[in-house]
Amino acid sequence: MSFRIFKINEDLKEFMPPEIIDLEEKATWGNPKRGVMDLPYSKELLEEHSLCAGCPESAAFRYILASLPNPEDTIIVNSTGCTSLVFPHIALHTVHSLFGNQNAIASGIKRTLEWRFPDKVKDVIVLAGDGAIVDIGLDCTLQSFFRQEKITTICFDNEVYANTGGQESGMTVKGHVFKMAPKGKQWDKVPMWQIAIDSGCHYVARLTVSSPKRVEQVIKKAIYVAREVGPTYVHLYTPCILEIGLNSDDGLEEMRRTDKERFKFFEYMTDAAKEVIQKKKEEGLI
Amino acid sequence: MAKLGPSGYSPYPVAVYENLLNPPPGKAVMFNEIVDEEVAMREAAKAMLTRDNPTIFPGPQVLYAWNDEAKEKARLVRKMAEVLGAKIIPMYDYRPKYPKIDPEKEINPNHPNLTIWHNNIKACIFIGVHCHYANVALKIIRAETDCFTIAMCGMAGHEDAMITLRDQHTEEIEKFIRIAEEVKRDLGK
Repeated sequence: MSFRIFKINEDLKEFMPPEIIDLEEKATWGNPKRGVMDLPYSKELLEEHSLCAGCPESAAFRYILASLPNPEDTIIVNSTGCTSLVFPHIALHTVHSLFGNQNAIASGIKRTLEWRFPDKVKDVIVLAGDGAIVDIGLDCTLQSFFRQEKITTICFDNEVYANTGGQESGMTVKGHVFKMAPKGKQWDKVPMWQIAIDSGCHYVARLTVSSPKRVEQVIKKAIYVAREVGPTYVHLYTPCILEIGLNSDDGLEEMRRTDKERFKFFEYMTDAAKEVIQKKKEEGLI
Repeated sequence: MAKLGPSGYSPYPVAVYENLLNPPPGKAVMFNEIVDEEVAMREAAKAMLTRDNPTIFPGPQVLYAWNDEAKEKARLVRKMAEVLGAKIIPMYDYRPKYPKIDPEKEINPNHPNLTIWHNNIKACIFIGVHCHYANVALKIIRAETDCFTIAMCGMAGHEDAMITLRDQHTEEIEKFIRIAEEVKRDLGK
C-alpha cells in the first residue's frame, strides 16, 4: 500500500465524490505526528460505522485510526465480531481472518512484507474482540507472542459475545449474567494482559477508551515497539452498552467508572521497549 | 422486481454455467463466441453509440494515480467518454455504503444494479475495476438488468460481460478509441 493509491487522477477528479477527494487532500497521510488532536480538523479514515449508537468501540476505532503513525503502510488484520462490521468502512487495507486465527494471518503478512519490502516500514496490527483473541484464538495469539512476531495485537474487550446475543466469554467478569448466560459466569475473568507479559510481549497496556490522548500514546508506543523489538499487546475496555443494559450516552460514564476499578490504567514494558519509547519521545513522535 | 436480461445472451445465473469462458490471448468474447479483438471493439463501440445512456464505470486502477500507466489510462478514459458521448460514473472503492449509495454519482460492486436501474443505462464499459469485484458486479448486472456490458480488462477478461476484451492497456485503449471514432463516423453521428 502506498499513499499514491489515494491520489486521484486529475482527468477524472471531477467525477469523484467529496469524501474521497477529502481523503486525498485532508487526511493526515505521511505525518507520523498525527494523532487524536487532528480529529476535528482532518478527514478521518473511518467514513462511517455500522455499530450501535453510542458504542464505545466506535470511539476506540476513531482514536486508533487517528493515532496510527504510518497509516499508508499499515495493514490491519481483524476477525469475526462487532469490530468486523466496521472494517469495510475504513480507508486502509484490512484482512478479515477466520474466527480466531488473526495472529497467525498477521504473522504471515508481516514476514512476507519484510521479505517483499525490506527497505520500507510496514506495520501489521491485529484488531479483534475478546472472543477472537482470548477465547477462540488464544492459541494463535499466544503462539505469535512465543514466536516474537513483530506485530501489535489490540483487543477490544466488551466482556461478552455481543453481536450473537450475549453469551459469556472468557473475559466476562465472574458472576455477570447475560441474556444467554442466565446462571452467571462461574469463573474468573482471564487476566489476558498478564498472560501477554508471561508469553513474551515487550509492551502491554490495559485501559479503557475514556481518554483519547492516552489511547493515542499507548497505540503509538505499542506500534513502535512492535516495529523494532517484538510483539506488543493492548487491552482496551469497550463495554457493550446494550448487553449491560445502558443507554447510548452511558458508555463514557461506564468506562470512567471502570477506570478506577478493574480497568485501572496498567502499563508494562521491557528494557528494550523502554529504549525504543525513550528514543521516539526524544524524536517527538510520542 | 428485477428484470432478467435477454436470455439469448444473458443466461441466469452466470456465464460459466453456459460453458462460457474467458478468451484466449489476442481474442475477445462477444456474447458466446470467440472473435477477433477488433470485431469485438467495433461491436462494443456500436453498442455504446446506439444504446440509451451509455456510461463508463472507471474503477480504482484508473481513478487513482498509482503509476504512470494509470495516469495515462485516466486521460484515455476521459477521451473515450467524449468520443462515445458517454457519462462517467466512478466505482471509486468497494466499501459497502450505508444507508445507500447515490446512484447518480457512484456505482458500488455489491449492488451495481441500483445505478443501472436508476440511470436507465443500456450500455456500459467497466475499466480499471479489480477483477474480483468486476466479476461480482458483472454477474449481478447480467442477472438483474438488460444492460449491455463491456469489460475492458487488463488481465484475462470477464466472461459475464456481453463483450470481453482482455489485456487492455494504453495501446489497446487507444486502438478502441480510434475504432470508436470510425464507427461514429459510419453511423453519421
